[in-house]
Amino acid sequence: MASDNLKIGGASRRSILQQFGAAAIGMSFAGGMAGCGKPAAAQRVVNFYNWDTYIGPTTLDDFKAAVGPSVKMDLFATNDELFAKLRAGNPGYDVVVPSNEFVTRMIQAKMLMPLDHAKIPNIKNLLPDFQDAVFDPGRKFSMPYTWLVLGIGYRKSKMGDVGVPDSWKWVFDSNRFAGKIALLSESADLIRLCAKYKGHSVNNIPDAMVADIEKMLIKQKPFVKVFHEDNGQDLLVARDVDVVIEYNGDIAQKMREDDDISFVVPKEGSLLNSDTLCIPVGAPHVEDAHAFINYLLDGEVGSKITAEILYPTPNAAARDLMPDTYKNNPVIYPPAEVLAKCEYGAFEGAEKASKYEEVITRVRAA
Amino acid sequence: MEQSWKQAKAAFAIVVAPPALWLLLFFLVPMAVIWGYSFGENVGLTEIDLTGTFKNYARAIEPLYLGIFWKSIVTAAITTLLCLIVGFPVAMAIAFASPRTKAWLLLLIMLPFWTNLLIRTYALMAVLRTEGYINSTYHFFWNLIGLAPDGFEPLELLNNNFAVIFGLVYVHLPFMVLPLYSALDRMDRSLMEASLDLGAGHLRTIFTIVVPLAAPGIASGVLITFIPALGAYLTPDLLGGPDSQMIANVIERQFKRANDWPFGAALSFLLMYLTFFAIAAQGWVSRRAEKVGR
Repeated sequence: MASDNLKIGGASRRSILQQFGAAAIGMSFAGGMAGCGKPAAAQRVVNFYNWDTYIGPTTLDDFKAAVGPSVKMDLFATNDELFAKLRAGNPGYDVVVPSNEFVTRMIQAKMLMPLDHAKIPNIKNLLPDFQDAVFDPGRKFSMPYTWLVLGIGYRKSKMGDVGVPDSWKWVFDSNRFAGKIALLSESADLIRLCAKYKGHSVNNIPDAMVADIEKMLIKQKPFVKVFHEDNGQDLLVARDVDVVIEYNGDIAQKMREDDDISFVVPKEGSLLNSDTLCIPVGAPHVEDAHAFINYLLDGEVGSKITAEILYPTPNAAARDLMPDTYKNNPVIYPPAEVLAKCEYGAFEGAEKASKYEEVITRVRAA
Repeated sequence: MEQSWKQAKAAFAIVVAPPALWLLLFFLVPMAVIWGYSFGENVGLTEIDLTGTFKNYARAIEPLYLGIFWKSIVTAAITTLLCLIVGFPVAMAIAFASPRTKAWLLLLIMLPFWTNLLIRTYALMAVLRTEGYINSTYHFFWNLIGLAPDGFEPLELLNNNFAVIFGLVYVHLPFMVLPLYSALDRMDRSLMEASLDLGAGHLRTIFTIVVPLAAPGIASGVLITFIPALGAYLTPDLLGGPDSQMIANVIERQFKRANDWPFGAALSFLLMYLTFFAIAAQGWVSRRAEKVGR
């Protein structure tokens, strides 16, 4: 148990680095690169800015062996951090991994470079659903890397008569698990999930409903243990909470070590995300960046990554190489009838983001 | 022979210029930029137009944010008070210890500084959490004395305001102890001996002789505990519960999540004005203390 308590490394895709280190790492990285402005052909390099625990254990070395360039990977913890980092100009990254709505936002902010599809032949490996995307029509700027869905991670032995907590009610509108609930601290996602609970789409939420949601969350707050920074799976494993809003892959990773936890996408539907590979404007190694993206979309490479990170893959070739235990895992691939009710969140402008933030600030201050 | 700096202007300039330039380039200029942002408006996603508007400050003094400022001040004040209560006896003990012991005790106070704040906070989480070290020890003794196993309720120590104050006191205690120690160490011991000889008890000696003489040390200890506690970010974020946000957390979210730099800048500068106010208050206290001392 002690080792569980102190485990920091195994955190999550959007994890602890956020608190402290990522900014410092990025800084030293950008500084270090200034020194090697014109690398000789022998020292080809790709600067990759990725989420934590989001790549296969040998992927980067394999790429170097197969294609040539070495990969320097930096980690970020939230899309906001990625956006803030690139906001003042690209510090030298070649490939970044924003999620769907941030792809739109970054395209609007002119931060992304159009991709040359001729240099990414592995695009043929993508499932038909992912060949095109609403948030990036024609896939001009982004290649899908994974997709993910928010749901409720829970400790089976503590559910009692509830059985499977398959409604958002248990986290947003009930004291059944008082003091054992962890909500997401991401304001927009939280409000969108509440809208879903109230039967609305995650997008275009009317002001009156936002006000209702605020009231509901203020009422629910006494029963909430914590607004977590996407480390919900750790809180669940450490038994600090019994129900937590989290991403499917984060819980699937932890289910390997603790068989008393599980995950469900509530019956009201949920929020989908798709993390994508993009090349930011000002990337110093555009050619190798394309080669790297193409490499990641290879079937075998993709399956090795998927085996490690346990997120659903948009890559048909990679998925075909995976064992049935992965393909039939209901946590990784929730049932189709539930998925049909899930939606992608769209970028609705900076005003909205600021407004949602203030709603959650009010909830927390109440 | 003592020399005025006026007689060695070149040498003085060489010594002063680099740090002055450093401060200007990497401290004052960025601060000025943020200060400028606080009078700006968002245009599009990445541009800020410096329009000279007071809109951000107007929003920052809405009751919602004033309430959060007030909560931060109260939290920092409680932290400082607890640090003072805990730190004063510790500083006295160190000041009156033998030179050999003193070195060791000071080392013990300094030791936590050698570990990163984040690591210390995570260690504290491991101690406080539902199945952490305190609760498992409590559970062990519960079973040991044969109480009903079903009746065991773990203590709720983490993710609440108690945890935030506890964490802040734990982190800031050395900031309080060190200035107190240096004030107590410099104090003229004969005054205390005189007080005791003339019939005052120990407590009375402490409150009428030691505390007034140590007032400047207390004031600077209070100040350098209060200011970082007021701007605490990591501790409320990691140890706090759903209502433990402090102003620094709100500022952080403006810069990152909300992508609203002008408003974040305005909040930051309000926090800074509060800090100036605290420093001015401290200066006033120590000037008064000097007058009393004379």
